[in-house]
Amino acid sequence: MSKISRRKFLAGSMAGGAAVMMSPAKKALASGSFDGFPDGMGVLVDLTRCVGCRTCEAACNKEQKLPDPALPFDDYSVFDELHLGQKRRTTDKAYTVVNRYETESSTAPVYRKIQCNHCNEPTCLTSCFVNAYTKTPEGAVIYNPKVCVGCRNCMIACPFHIPAYSYDSVLNPVIKKCVFCYDTRLKNGKPPACVESCPQQVMTFGKRKELLKIAHERIRKNPDKYVDQIYGEKEVGGTGWFYISNVPFEEAGFDQDLPKEPIINNVKGFLAIVPMVLTIWPALFTGFHLLSTKGKSHSHGDENGHDGQEGQ
Amino acid sequence: MAINGKQLITWMGAILLSCFLAVSCYAMDYPDEVEIDSLANLYEGVVFDHAMHVEATEDCSDCHHHTTGTQVANEYCAKCHDGAQEMDIVSCQECHSANPLSPENLHIPRDDYNYHLDKPNLKAAYHLNCMGCHQQVGGPTGCEDCHAKTDDGERFYYSGKYAPEEPAHKSGH
Repeated sequence: MSKISRRKFLAGSMAGGAAVMMSPAKKALASGSFDGFPDGMGVLVDLTRCVGCRTCEAACNKEQKLPDPALPFDDYSVFDELHLGQKRRTTDKAYTVVNRYETESSTAPVYRKIQCNHCNEPTCLTSCFVNAYTKTPEGAVIYNPKVCVGCRNCMIACPFHIPAYSYDSVLNPVIKKCVFCYDTRLKNGKPPACVESCPQQVMTFGKRKELLKIAHERIRKNPDKYVDQIYGEKEVGGTGWFYISNVPFEEAGFDQDLPKEPIINNVKGFLAIVPMVLTIWPALFTGFHLLSTKGKSHSHGDENGHDGQEGQ
Repeated sequence: MAINGKQLITWMGAILLSCFLAVSCYAMDYPDEVEIDSLANLYEGVVFDHAMHVEATEDCSDCHHHTTGTQVANEYCAKCHDGAQEMDIVSCQECHSANPLSPENLHIPRDDYNYHLDKPNLKAAYHLNCMGCHQQVGGPTGCEDCHAKTDDGERFYYSGKYAPEEPAHKSGH
């Protein structure tokens, strides 16, 4: 009886080990070194060029067939709007907005366009338990509204506060956000509508890795013009859209306290252990128990109990 | 004979270019006005007062980089373009492609000159050149200071006769 138990114990351990090797733990470990798809596209946003004309907002509205705006897109009073003390944010009706910042470091106002930054390792994707989000090889973070259950975890998870919720929709409220114009443009190799519309080429579209070189070159050639940082090169593990600026980024409303590695790294070690605990521990401790109670089982008279545990 | 042929081509090129923003300060008379309208869509084209800008600027290279035979100001450009050699091409759109990001153009192998990699598209070349200076010298910087919106433009921006109705009513809620 005890020999059979030991054999079962070894077999169980092997199976558990194999399961750990093959399943989510491997995926989690592999993602640790993921720094974007090799040909993933991105956009370099140069804040020094933006004049706050809001053409990108109008282009986004048209391309994504969003509802009519409350104010015309050439109405610049929106820069004075404050919502609960905050500047404008992306909504389910505006996937990108431009805000104006009066800064200490620059006499001229600085304009900052916000939209989804299309992270290399998106936290929205990680937080979504119905797997509605996808990071495509082209670099876009897209989502499937058909499976969205409206839990809004991604809204809490996003370090840039980008996903918005269609609270107006009574029957089928879903998450809405910038999708890099994936369906209509990016997957055909075209730049997103906002990039194409910009009169100042604030945004430069290209392969993320090449754009990083261009960004470094601009800073290197104009050290007096730019601060020596590319916001999004390292933040939260790197973002597809990244910024260069003539003022320190915190003055233009950027969160400088974000970690320089993917947010999933905070929990990855723990998550990798979960399948191991679930598969190896039952077999392992059952084996220990059987070994430690070897030869005593008859006197205890509870074989049935052991068999039941081994069956797991 | 060969010289004559070359001259002919040069003159034909010059005539062609003068339709656009083709100006050489020294070699030939520059146009007093240039109509910049190849990209007109949401806005009308711009009738550019070239004569006034020639007066206002110190040097042709302020706008035309190294193409007009004057010494280029930018130190990085001057590394190669130090000879201040006058070129046949002086219009913006001869070098700045209107749509460098089109799928077709993205697949054209670009020259490997490090300093040409970050070349803005035509629309940005105009605006960055104009706005960069206007902001410094106090020239006009509003969109409609230089070109009026077209009907398509008003529809695009939801402005003019396409403006949203009763925005005050909406914000009142």
